[in-house]
Amino acid sequence: MTIKLDRPDERGRFGEFGGRFAPETLMPALEELETAFAEAWSDPEFRTEFSEILTTYIGRPTPLHPARSLSEHLGVEVLLKREDLAHTGAHKINNAIGQGLLARRMGKPRVIAETGAGQHGVATATAAAYFGLDCTVYMGEVDIERQALNVLRMEILGAEVVAVRTGAGTLKDAVSEAMRDWVRTVEDTHYVIGSVVGPHPFPWMVREFQRVIGEEVLGQMGDDLPDVVVACVGGGSNAMGIFHPLAERGIELVGIEAAGEGIDTGRHGASIGAGTPGVLHGSATYLLQDEQGRVREAHSISAGLDYPGVGPEHAYFHQTGLARYESVTDDEALEGVELLARTEGIIPALESAHAIAWVARERRRLEGRRVLVNLSGRGDKDVEEIGKRR
Amino acid sequence: MGRERLSSLFARTRAEGRAVLLPYMTAGLPDPGTSLALFEAMAGAGADGFEVGIPYTDPLMDGPVIQQGSERAIEAGTSPDVALELVAAVVESTGLPVLVMTYANPILHRGVDEFVAVAAEAGADGVIVPDLPVEESGPLRRAADRHGLGVVQFVAPTSGTARIEAVAAADPCFVYAVAEMGVTGERAEAGGRLDGLVGRIRAVTDVPVVAGVGISTPSQAAAAARVADGVIVGSALVRRVLEADSPDAATSELAQAVADLAAAVR
Repeated sequence: MTIKLDRPDERGRFGEFGGRFAPETLMPALEELETAFAEAWSDPEFRTEFSEILTTYIGRPTPLHPARSLSEHLGVEVLLKREDLAHTGAHKINNAIGQGLLARRMGKPRVIAETGAGQHGVATATAAAYFGLDCTVYMGEVDIERQALNVLRMEILGAEVVAVRTGAGTLKDAVSEAMRDWVRTVEDTHYVIGSVVGPHPFPWMVREFQRVIGEEVLGQMGDDLPDVVVACVGGGSNAMGIFHPLAERGIELVGIEAAGEGIDTGRHGASIGAGTPGVLHGSATYLLQDEQGRVREAHSISAGLDYPGVGPEHAYFHQTGLARYESVTDDEALEGVELLARTEGIIPALESAHAIAWVARERRRLEGRRVLVNLSGRGDKDVEEIGKRR
Repeated sequence: MGRERLSSLFARTRAEGRAVLLPYMTAGLPDPGTSLALFEAMAGAGADGFEVGIPYTDPLMDGPVIQQGSERAIEAGTSPDVALELVAAVVESTGLPVLVMTYANPILHRGVDEFVAVAAEAGADGVIVPDLPVEESGPLRRAADRHGLGVVQFVAPTSGTARIEAVAAADPCFVYAVAEMGVTGERAEAGGRLDGLVGRIRAVTDVPVVAGVGISTPSQAAAAARVADGVIVGSALVRRVLEADSPDAATSELAQAVADLAAAVR
């Protein structure tokens, strides 16, 4: 199989994954968005403005931190890409600023977003404030409870947070409800999707806005690239952002899905590890579903990984072997939080702690290799949840 | 049987100078055992055919009422197989045309050809899949052709001429004209953009046009029937079933609502 890393094909496919499984009402908007993004992305002025905001507002480039105490503790050399230090506390802001800039260029006065952990909701509310756009964020009621700090942040930033009570009240339901809003409001509203998921062009566009993470790594490490790159995967935007520029360079790329209470309990979010191909939220990808093709509820202690699907390009990376995907349980992730906090003085988001926990678990196998972890977000939002489990 | 039965239905009602009334109902409501009785009552009240929804966990194009109906039907044990058994029973008992409505994932999961074969065997005449736009519906259309079933394609107020032409070229059994921006559900005002939309569709194709999404009252149905060949009403009927105190109450409420709508499209 020829591996294709550039743009998805004209149908928005990465191999057999991706595409545009959307209601007709949205199709013209998706076509318009694809054209608008393609034009903007090849416009030097747009690129310059994006890059200036990343520098002066978000604080990019984010540091590459040699985690010496953690490395000593594990016996494995570990480096951290500090996305947790980006403005608002996670990589999500890269994409939110990119899409906010695009919404302004397209003349859309209103943006909507879904959020799980609340990081994408906060990032979108921030971008909306920055660009002067109205903002509505859909969030599952279970997530509103477990990420209360981020709900307040969004409200302070002027966004309206709408509680989603359908299904399990988590990220999947928030995406569905945001899409339903968009079907109604598409003519004056842009949907700032938060991960590399959804109908074409979203997976491609979000990947392009997040590629800055991996591109910075190339600049920061030069010829001295790591042997292994690890990132957590819910929808998979932080992982794709760091994987994509580093793919096909002989680096082992590892995506960590949520094993929740354990893969064999059925309560997890491992769409690639334990799911099958299908269609969710507008694209063909791996998802958790029952024998009738009905979508199953995911489970993870981290709201951002509590999702039964995964970005279609990850499905493609899995199928072609460009990356491999493993999983880490809730308990392991909680240990990952404490480990990083005690050794490096960094409290990671529960999502990012999955990547840390994988390195800790696999330390013997990783001995002698340099491991780069994408520390996608900080853990302030999770301290209450972590406190309950201590 | 199949697509031809839909064509002859539209030919007949066009000759009668009226529109077709196609009530939507989720299979398995209020419970799998009573579901057939609801369809029989609607047939008796003047329905011309049915859109039967296979309840799905993630109905993206549906508003709160049909979402709730789907959840309740799934909890009551309405699997896709149970829903298709109901389709067979409805066809046998009422003799009316039936369109099966579901989403892309359950069809792809089962295998497109097998799904269409099973639907055809149950006696369905066509398939409606709101998240399979014309770009993605090729495999379904080929399978439906092989089994003599029709495929419905949607056109929305936002669809431009190029998209309407692509829909016409896909040879749908009818065009589903989305009367309102948004997901399914009742609205106080509806159909303001329908006249223009139907006009744009008719400029491109003479395939029958059926209006749906947001049409719930007899007066809204009457307005849509003046421009379209047919009208689909869903949420207003599902809500009556969900709110009814008993299966008997659901049946009689539904019969009254369908009788009012049937009078309105004439």
